[in-house]
Amino acid sequence: MRANGADAVLRSLEAEGVDVVFGLPGGAILPTYDAFARGTTVRHVLARHEQGAGHMAEGYARATGRVGVAIATSGPGATNLVTPIADAWMDSTPLVCITGQVRSHLIGTDAFQECDITGITIPIVKHSWLVQDVEEVPHALKAAFHVARTGRCGPVLVDIPRDVQEAAFDFEYPAEVDLPGWRPPQRGHPRQIRRAAEALAGAEKPVLYVGGGTLNADACAELLDLAQGGRLPVVTTLMGKSAFPETHELHFGWPGMHGPKWSNWAMNKCDLLVAVGARFDDRVTGKLSGFAPGATVIHLDIDSAEIGKLRQADIPVVGPLKQVLADLADELRALHGTGAAAVNRTEPWLHQLSAWREEFPLRYGTDGDMLKPQLVLETLQELTAGNDVIWTTGVGQHQMWAMQYLLCDRPRSFITSGGLGTMGYGVPAAVGAKAARPEATVVCVDGDGCFQMTGQELATSVLENLPIVVVIVNNGSLGMVRQWQDMFFDERFSQVHLTHHVPDYARLAEAYGAVGFTVESEDELEETLEEALSCGRTAVVDARVDPREHCFPMIPAGAAALDLVEYEDREAVEAA
Amino acid sequence: MKHTLSVLVENKPGALMRISSMFARRGFNIDSLTVGPTERQDVSRITLRVDCEQHPLEQIEKQMHKLVNVLRVSELEPDEAVERELALLKVAAPAAKRGELISLAQAFNARVADLGPDAIVFEIVGHPEEVDSFEELVRPHGLKELVRTGRVGLGRASNGKQNHRPQHVLR
Repeated sequence: MRANGADAVLRSLEAEGVDVVFGLPGGAILPTYDAFARGTTVRHVLARHEQGAGHMAEGYARATGRVGVAIATSGPGATNLVTPIADAWMDSTPLVCITGQVRSHLIGTDAFQECDITGITIPIVKHSWLVQDVEEVPHALKAAFHVARTGRCGPVLVDIPRDVQEAAFDFEYPAEVDLPGWRPPQRGHPRQIRRAAEALAGAEKPVLYVGGGTLNADACAELLDLAQGGRLPVVTTLMGKSAFPETHELHFGWPGMHGPKWSNWAMNKCDLLVAVGARFDDRVTGKLSGFAPGATVIHLDIDSAEIGKLRQADIPVVGPLKQVLADLADELRALHGTGAAAVNRTEPWLHQLSAWREEFPLRYGTDGDMLKPQLVLETLQELTAGNDVIWTTGVGQHQMWAMQYLLCDRPRSFITSGGLGTMGYGVPAAVGAKAARPEATVVCVDGDGCFQMTGQELATSVLENLPIVVVIVNNGSLGMVRQWQDMFFDERFSQVHLTHHVPDYARLAEAYGAVGFTVESEDELEETLEEALSCGRTAVVDARVDPREHCFPMIPAGAAALDLVEYEDREAVEAA
Repeated sequence: MKHTLSVLVENKPGALMRISSMFARRGFNIDSLTVGPTERQDVSRITLRVDCEQHPLEQIEKQMHKLVNVLRVSELEPDEAVERELALLKVAAPAAKRGELISLAQAFNARVADLGPDAIVFEIVGHPEEVDSFEELVRPHGLKELVRTGRVGLGRASNGKQNHRPQHVLR
């Protein structure tokens, strides 16, 4: 088929089964946008900022497990994608970014809107291609999709000069990729899996420490089977949230800096820690030398470089988690035999964890007249329990409260920026998730600081008919920074005051053609949220909450996980 | 401790940059790095000299393996590899000193690459430690300029030993 490079981009996307892409046109990518205008089965969602397009593609990928695609022009368009690319890199989100580049003969001349985007992104992509010949276009895209979604997922970039988009050739989509250096692990080693099963069968206080790799591997069913078969408690990280049903009796919360005490105690007092697609991030471990002292570590991961990177693994298994977890469950069953005695081994430990959960519940203040932020999250949970809801968040206190109070039973129903901690992720990620799963209710729990970074994507939501509900936990501050200044900088508040009323979020929402609500008291909270959730349109709820409320528990940076600070400790400090 | 890594990479634009960027980003220090063609036109060999303990070395190897253009990473153990380096040394050599310097060079199989009225450029190829020794011996005579290529290496052909130690890869 005779085609130009731009047509080849679209025919390649079609061949990959891409249904939606997110982007914003500009000079160097014009031929590709002309190809959109000439006809394709691929839906293009027009973002208002390339960063928004990138996060939308991430939201799409997180909601489906498929590769997200973002398109931008050269220069500033491409650099605006750098944040989403870095975000996808840190959180292992499969993402293909396609950027226009200045004409080949202008590369290196500081031409208008030229920048070396392949160079800029080298540290944050799995791989990238600067396509120099139109014949390479389909091969580069085929390879890009393959690399993004195989092995450990992540972002790739394909940079295509304008003249390459315009050049004609005979298009054929390749059947195979030609990447001799790309050989992700295909199977976990049976002997290692057997050793892991033996350790699990012998453990009295095991914990499954489940990270985002489990979702990327589509291994949630296998995880559930393993946990139930072995009666193993599960703790899910921020990125692993929703990989295991959170109303299940074996789910014991979320570890780390703002995890509940019972979750951190489970992780730190266990005798066998099984890391499943998790990477011992500093926000999970606190001081590494004090983390899970005395625990034997089994580390299951697709990425061999994660093994022993931070914590030495006693039993490493490198392979795709779907197969590894399935084989591990089978091995464990074989070791347990038919008798119940072996399985019952973990019951005292499970009772202990439940007792801790009873003893140390999440708590927050009830003083003052202002709405408490935690109550907003609790009410959202009550109103949506059991429904097909996808949550997205920004980054900060509201994100941690969302982690603590929202219970996600469906895989891929909690979408957040974990590793990079990208403020402003929530709104565009929600738009992307809605494009991927129109039948789901998509709710972005956002902070007022975050919302102001990417709120312009409300226009995309309204005009592309991708209705989302944004609940702004508005404390008039850069709340997490405020919390740190309060706790660790002697209450010297520095540049964190945003005010509750500028902008007026409800009126801003109306200006975008969305529905706006403002709620300031407990009495109107439930009704307002219910209305926003059921209105069927893009809605923004400005929930004005108490800025003094801190997120607890908290493990201070650099402290050991067992030294976490709880709400009641804080009360005692203030009373003294 | 110093280690020599031999890395086969696809001969593609940016391959070297991807490797050096990974080293910089992860805080690994490179003592020397050489890159050049191999028996295959589409493959280049990078020889890297790094100074680190065993644990970071394993990290380096695994991180390099994840790069799409990297075909193979192996460590060259000193007793199982042939390692060489080339150096050019410009040494002050007034007429009275020439004879002494040239006989010193002969002892190291170094050649006179260029001869001027008051300086000699020596060329030496040898094991990097021999190059070190030669450099130290000529330094007191007035080492005006020096350039070294950085070491290159290959697994030995003799001994029937494997050319390369097994890779630090858990798969």
